[in-house]
Amino acid sequence: MSETPVDVRENPDTSAVSGLDTVPEAPDEYGTRQRAPKTSVSSVFSFLRWAWYSLTSMRTALILLFLLALASVPGSILPQRGGSDPFRVNQYYLDHPTLAPILDHVGLFNVFGSVWFAAIYLLLFVSLAGCVLPRSKRHLKAMRLRPPAAPKNIGRLPFSTSWFTELEPDAALDKVHAFLRAKHFRADRAPSSVNAEKGYLRETGNLLFHLALLVVLLGVAVTAGFSYNGSVLVKEHDAFTNTVISYDAFTPGRFVDRAKLPPFSFTLNKFEATYHRGDNARGDADTFDAYVTWQPNLDAPAREYDVRVNHPLSTQGTNVYLGGHGYAPHFIIRDAAGHTFDQTVPFLPQKGTYQYQGVVKLPDAKPDQLGITGFFLPTASVDPTTRQPISIFPAADNPAVVIGVFSGNLGLDTGVPQSVYELDTSKLTRLTTAVMRPGDTITLPGGEGTVTFAGFEEWASFNITHDPGKPIVLVAVCAMVLGLLASLGIRRRRVWVRASRDFAGRTLVEVGGLTRTDASGGFDDEFARLMTSLRTAVPADDGDPADHRDAGGADQRADFVATVPQPVAAPDKED
Amino acid sequence: MPVDVGLARLSNDLIYGGILAYSVGFLCFAMDAAFGNHVSEAKQPARARAKVPALAGVGAASSGSSDIAVSEPAAPASSGPFTSPSRSGRMSRWGSAIARRVGAVAVLFTLAGWALHAGAILTRGLSVHRLPWGNMYEFTLALTFAAVTAFLAISTRHRARYLGVFLMAPVVLALGIAVLVLYVPAAPLMPALQSYWLAIHVSAATIAFGVFAVGAVATLMFLVADRYAAAITTGKPVRFTSLARIMPDAETLDRMAYRLHAFVFPIWTFAVIAGAIWAEYAWGHYWQWDPKETWAFITWIVYAGYLHARATAGWRGRKAAYVALLGFGTILFNFFVVNIFISGMHSYAGL
Repeated sequence: MSETPVDVRENPDTSAVSGLDTVPEAPDEYGTRQRAPKTSVSSVFSFLRWAWYSLTSMRTALILLFLLALASVPGSILPQRGGSDPFRVNQYYLDHPTLAPILDHVGLFNVFGSVWFAAIYLLLFVSLAGCVLPRSKRHLKAMRLRPPAAPKNIGRLPFSTSWFTELEPDAALDKVHAFLRAKHFRADRAPSSVNAEKGYLRETGNLLFHLALLVVLLGVAVTAGFSYNGSVLVKEHDAFTNTVISYDAFTPGRFVDRAKLPPFSFTLNKFEATYHRGDNARGDADTFDAYVTWQPNLDAPAREYDVRVNHPLSTQGTNVYLGGHGYAPHFIIRDAAGHTFDQTVPFLPQKGTYQYQGVVKLPDAKPDQLGITGFFLPTASVDPTTRQPISIFPAADNPAVVIGVFSGNLGLDTGVPQSVYELDTSKLTRLTTAVMRPGDTITLPGGEGTVTFAGFEEWASFNITHDPGKPIVLVAVCAMVLGLLASLGIRRRRVWVRASRDFAGRTLVEVGGLTRTDASGGFDDEFARLMTSLRTAVPADDGDPADHRDAGGADQRADFVATVPQPVAAPDKED
Repeated sequence: MPVDVGLARLSNDLIYGGILAYSVGFLCFAMDAAFGNHVSEAKQPARARAKVPALAGVGAASSGSSDIAVSEPAAPASSGPFTSPSRSGRMSRWGSAIARRVGAVAVLFTLAGWALHAGAILTRGLSVHRLPWGNMYEFTLALTFAAVTAFLAISTRHRARYLGVFLMAPVVLALGIAVLVLYVPAAPLMPALQSYWLAIHVSAATIAFGVFAVGAVATLMFLVADRYAAAITTGKPVRFTSLARIMPDAETLDRMAYRLHAFVFPIWTFAVIAGAIWAEYAWGHYWQWDPKETWAFITWIVYAGYLHARATAGWRGRKAAYVALLGFGTILFNFFVVNIFISGMHSYAGL
């Protein structure tokens, strides 16, 4: 293997007849089209053609590929607006007030939606199409061609051997023909030779892979234009109907008809979570179950379903996924004027704790507006060092709330939008602070009323998505894997066999083999095995083998390695 | 179901045993590399013998000088410690006998370590009643297992024992990091990971990671062997030549590296796709440019670049090898940096 490789193209005798150069078949042979003939018709035209050849050249494709990888890096390191935690962008603004606007300006907080990222992958896909489509056309033509005729001098092929047989040349060739066909070669019986070829699937697979990539892009485009996703928080016993107005957040693609969402609805009957109770990983979640009753449309019968993580509810091309969960304490508040407010308010989980935080806003309380900020502690305890109430377990084993009650102007009429989960207490008067267990009632000072912690419910949040691009992408990626397997696992090879009478009237069988797409090697082994079988099918006679250089030697492997030129040097078009 | 603490403890003992066996295996591989008889060495003297007399006959006037230069570096091997007349006698015969067997001993210890390693993974899985790849510790155990398995498979089929010394060192190192830094006690899976897609996606990713590691080792060795070959032709001295002597020639290594990468690239593709399908199934989006996804994509791109580079004139050889190493670098970044320092939806490290 270490001898100087012979480039088959330097040997006109071989390459002219072998046909490998006349039917370019190697994948990714961008290189072949770089040498465009010069024309003097128009410099603009020739520039355009030069640009096109450059764009579709392998070198450009490789550079674009690496640029795409490089361009993805900031998207994984900097916080992204479309990412799992968009609030981190705001945090970044606070932490880096001078740098953040500059990064934002060049789209680094939205890398995968930025113009320059799109420019790279669109150029890459144009380059890909410019290479793969003409190649597909050529391959379709090549698929219908018969194997090329045998070269004049089979012995000069990279792999060759020969032996004498007692069979007549025609009989020998018939046997060879049958043998190669049984080995799934595409074999032709010519008058004095058998021409065979195998491994067309390699290029087919290669093209399938690259064409499938183009289809993936199409699927992604469909996803971007026609999908929608939204999220909604639902308390136990509450219902959700799939209309845009019911969502807490709704992100539609450009071409989504907001009036025509599938008309399903569901009611969250019960949310249940279980947690590790052992010492090991105590408090980690074991299971989440959201038991719902749902209907595909208003006229359909109601059905039961258990929405879990990894177990979405699917209907009409739309999926309902279980997202977060938490508790919603139930307060009954009586104001000074005697009005009763019955409020069950979702409290949101606080990162890194087993506490849930939320607010209650009562703008209609009289004489002053009332507001409550608080924590829900599912398993309340007292922190041994700070003496503060904390929650030591996520399940509601010993539920309590810690609340602060405020009066004053809640600021809801200022026109500035407020989060329903936050209360600005800076301009309010603190009436009291209390730790309450379910059933507890406190009386507010100054006759402002009473607050009762009546109990709690659980809530679950759901992500609802509809994506018509999904099946396109799925089919395309499956085709990609199949194409890859064929393109990396199959080698294309040609075998020619000639049988002729020599001057002494004996039948000489000459076999030659050629492969070009053998990047990982192994054709030498295959050729040796093939010849071993072929010599059984067309047996060698017992004549003196010494007068032919490698006729019927005992150690056939050694023949191929020792006496024939070594495998073709990988030409620049090879895969 | 509760964690079986006894089995979990057994798993920890087994992995310590495995690390020990691997370490001994590594030392034996190193001794084999340093003192053993090697096929490539056995070949070289023969070639040198065949060439030198011929050249002497022809006369060293024409191309002779360069050819002699080629055969020269092989000479120390042919007159190495075991055939050298200066070290003849009892010691040398003993040394020779040990050296001949130390490679086999290395494989035996590696096999023993592999069995203990398998036992550790099995008992860990049984102790928690699930597939044991739910956190970084378990994942490190699994991917080193995949790497050692791939190495053992190709070392018997393709006589690639010479990979041992270069592969076992990082394996022992990774397992050491696993038990010392990444270790988390056995525990059930969080709901997000409770899916049969864990078996599909993570298994494929693990196998891919392991084989990519072996591919990276083969690529590194190719680079060393290639430098050695270049040094021979130019006549300039380079470092690491003693390493190169135990290796096959650069072309064989390059082909071995390519085969490994061509074998594993579809598996990696499948792992990424399976992850996308699972993401769709669990989160409702098949691709969200989560940091882990982004780096899986970057890895995929770089290795795709390697496969293309190897088919392109001007990029083959060393340049392609650097691309392959860059690809493995992106895997390591994804594993250590993204898992530990960058938060995202794949934050399952358990640290």
